Amino acid sequence: MRMQALAIAAVIASGVSIFIMSLSTLDSLYETRETYYKNHNFANIFASLKRAPVSLVERIQEIPGVNKVETRVLAYVNLDIPDFKDPVSGHLLSLPANSPGLLNSIYLQQGRLLNPATDNEVILSSEFAQAHQLGVGDSIRAVINGRSRNLIITGTASSPEYIYQIAPGAMFPDYKRYGVLWMSHKPLASAYDLEGAFNNVALTLSKGAHTQAVIDRLDDLLKPYGGTGAIDRADQLSNRFLSEELKQQQTIATIFPLIFFGVAAFLLNVVASRLINLQREQIAALKAFGYSNFAVGLHYTKLILLIVALGVIVGGGFGIWMGKGMSNLYMEFYSLPYMVYVLKPQVVIAAAAISMTVAVTGTLHAVNNAAALPPAEAMRPEAPTVYRMTLLEKLGLQKFFSQPSRMILRHIERRPLKSFLTTLGISMACGTMMTGGFQEGAINHMVEVQFNMIQRSDITAIYTEPASRRSLYSLRSLQGVDHAEGFRTVPARLKFEHRFHRTSVQGIEPTGSLMQLMDAELNRIYLPENGVILTDYLAELLHIEPGDLLTIEVLEGNRTTVQVPVIGTAKEFIGTNVYMQRAALNRLLKEGDVISGAWLKIDSIHQNDVYTELKKMPRIAGVVEQKSAIKAFYKTMEETILFFTFITTLLGGSIAFGVIYNSMRIALSERNRELASLRVLGFEHREVAFILLGEQALLTLFAIPLGMLAGYGLCAYMAFHFDTDLYRVPLVLGVKVYAFAALVVIVSSIISALLVWRNLKQLDMVAVLKTKE
Amino acid sequence: MSDNEAGIFTTMNSVVFHVDELTKIYQMGEVQVKALRGIDLKLYKGEFTVLLGASGSGKSTLLNILGGLDTPTHGHVQYGDNDLSAAGEHELTQYRRYHVGFVFQFYNLIPSLTARENVAVVTEIARSPMAPEQALKLVGLEERMDHFPAQLSGGEQQRVAIARAIAKNPDVLLCDEPTGALDSKTGVVVLEALQHINEQLGTTTVVITHNASIANMADRVINLADGRITEIRTNPTRLSAHELSW
Repeated sequence: MRMQALAIAAVIASGVSIFIMSLSTLDSLYETRETYYKNHNFANIFASLKRAPVSLVERIQEIPGVNKVETRVLAYVNLDIPDFKDPVSGHLLSLPANSPGLLNSIYLQQGRLLNPATDNEVILSSEFAQAHQLGVGDSIRAVINGRSRNLIITGTASSPEYIYQIAPGAMFPDYKRYGVLWMSHKPLASAYDLEGAFNNVALTLSKGAHTQAVIDRLDDLLKPYGGTGAIDRADQLSNRFLSEELKQQQTIATIFPLIFFGVAAFLLNVVASRLINLQREQIAALKAFGYSNFAVGLHYTKLILLIVALGVIVGGGFGIWMGKGMSNLYMEFYSLPYMVYVLKPQVVIAAAAISMTVAVTGTLHAVNNAAALPPAEAMRPEAPTVYRMTLLEKLGLQKFFSQPSRMILRHIERRPLKSFLTTLGISMACGTMMTGGFQEGAINHMVEVQFNMIQRSDITAIYTEPASRRSLYSLRSLQGVDHAEGFRTVPARLKFEHRFHRTSVQGIEPTGSLMQLMDAELNRIYLPENGVILTDYLAELLHIEPGDLLTIEVLEGNRTTVQVPVIGTAKEFIGTNVYMQRAALNRLLKEGDVISGAWLKIDSIHQNDVYTELKKMPRIAGVVEQKSAIKAFYKTMEETILFFTFITTLLGGSIAFGVIYNSMRIALSERNRELASLRVLGFEHREVAFILLGEQALLTLFAIPLGMLAGYGLCAYMAFHFDTDLYRVPLVLGVKVYAFAALVVIVSSIISALLVWRNLKQLDMVAVLKTKE
Repeated sequence: MSDNEAGIFTTMNSVVFHVDELTKIYQMGEVQVKALRGIDLKLYKGEFTVLLGASGSGKSTLLNILGGLDTPTHGHVQYGDNDLSAAGEHELTQYRRYHVGFVFQFYNLIPSLTARENVAVVTEIARSPMAPEQALKLVGLEERMDHFPAQLSGGEQQRVAIARAIAKNPDVLLCDEPTGALDSKTGVVVLEALQHINEQLGTTTVVITHNASIANMADRVINLADGRITEIRTNPTRLSAHELSW
């Protein structure tokens, strides 16, 4: 009884701990983010522009709803890291003298603020510094407006604006190849001829301000100065990325605990009911002595609650410990200055309440039944169960089965519900195990499709400013460049009916080889001359279908708004984009043959030479290498989804073991007499084990395919919920996933069987002869 | 005990069991319980022996040791040429499997098997069994072979248990209170079956009971009290089972 109580408590503890860990980590992340943003004056609205005089600030300040305004200089630069050959880029952001910034204030983690008297000091973002093991006093070379400069690092810092740092043209952070640096305003402005001017502005809103109204007013103000469209906090890249991550966390935090609690609940019900049933005689004795039904019921309820309480306490402690650990991991991962660990009492109470409720309601039935029996009847053995011929025997196949085998089959068939519930429990455990593994296969598939089939370039080069298509010649002529294709990208706001989405319009060569759009069956789609193709997910978001007219508000250049027909959708797992022929986009923007950047195919021997040349080109703002982009993607996925699946694999395994072991132990208790009798009759230990364990093995065998089905459903549910703007996780289940889940179930069964095998050795033959059923 | 008390079997039949100074002590927490205190006994082939005694006299303990379910603390039990007291678990299991038939007070049938199958469970692992149907016929249950225990009366269940015990053609038949759970009328039927088998197959039969009337059908009656044999007497004439009443 003790082992079983512990096994049940362990399963409850698993459910509770995962529940508390997920939710407390989530609460902590949200709370920490809010605190961080607040304490460091994270702006509400951001805007980039070409160039405006500082005096414009007064007019910005006058916009109703604006609280604080800060103007800055932002510049994309190429960086040179000693002993690192790959292209590295970043952007410099200006800081006012002796200040961490009025808005988006930086948090200095090492070193000191910049000395306004010098012009070669820089503060590095912590992640970037860590990636390259750079520290205070080290130097770094940057190509600032065409000039190579040696910069001294005076400190490392983090900023609420750059929890994530993502290069233009990239989709995931790659801290080795892109970083943010802060420089004193004066030297930075001077280098870019922006003295007395600014090209970037951030502002906070006062309470009750209407964000969109402010954005509209700001856009109007900045338009003549080359403003590309202000964005609010929700669209700010770092915040948006973080929000999507937290959304994923939310999904994980809700689904997994539910699964665990579900299985724990089921297990508790089955086990407790059977245990109480075994105690019929004791219950009868108590009632004969005068204990009321209520008293008896209360006694068993207390027992159940005790086991659950143990599970909740252990699970709670474990959950808090894991939650703190996970929160700290996130703190390091995001380079947050601190982590506010939040354990809301509601979370603990909910965990305890769910556990208790589930326990009591499940066992109520059995307790009731037992307690309601008249004492005399309860002291008699249960009416002998009616056994029938099994289906197999009705078919005349019994001659193939020995008596022990017939015992197994009849026993399963005579209690179909119980057998089914046992099978169900094991299959749920199997299904849970699958969720742990499916993400890896899915992520590999995402990479295969996105980076091998759709995006086929080795390098993406982003221009500082759109330039003539003829610029491709200078790229093509570089030694090592096999092929180059230009593309035009403009930020745009999409509108359909009442739905909006902010993304970019990509103008690509329709018959290009380095960017190929795919349909749902992964066949190539060719862009039509007129009209656009949308990422499938984007079309869903906008509820738009081929044939509908999409309104595109270009946020750059002449800022036209056009309506274009949607011709089709393309399958993409990463990003949400609008595609049209590059020439068509140029026409739309009323510009000549212009490109924003180029995709290059290079031969690996001359790789480094190409990087060197590209670094020298002032028109190239940044270079993203395909291989590193893939690595960056894996890294991002690892740190979020995959870490969590490690935990669930662990706990899923414990549930598998809990269900299987308990099932076997209880079967042993229930059939103790029968099995001991067989031993008396001369059955060997292993023959008796066959009868008991054979039944369990059969049920487990049925449970595995059922579990695979359940797991498939579970994974489909999760994959669906993981869909975000940034990426969609496909439902790709390789053989490995199924095999691993089955393996865990089988291993748990074997271990449980070995433990029960030992118990079987202790069958008391003498005692069994003197007792009734 | 002297050979004189062994009755008619001494000179004609071989010794099946030779029990020598048999002692069994149980440790119940801090208390030592002496269930058997130096039992000396011989049991002969074909005998029908009744072990008589009150509750706690040690008769079940003796039967269990004879049946290879338990081992002595001191002393020896010889089954033919084999020393049971020195046998390991596997050997005892083999002994029970091939040589002993058991009948218990509460039948101990497998509820999920029919009468025929309950017998077959044992014949399948025996060396030279009789057919289950034949065993059931011997106890008069040929009409009820495909019924489950739940569908049989107490008496019928006990007869199935007897059929199960004898189907393997055991050398020894050990019965622990076979009529203890039955009314007298049904009990007689069961005893008739045992008598029939003892006479027909010549199986050495040992029956435990606290019911003195049953002793009248035995060849010899062994009285036990406090773990010791108090008396062994031979019945000059054996009563038939149907002549018994209690």
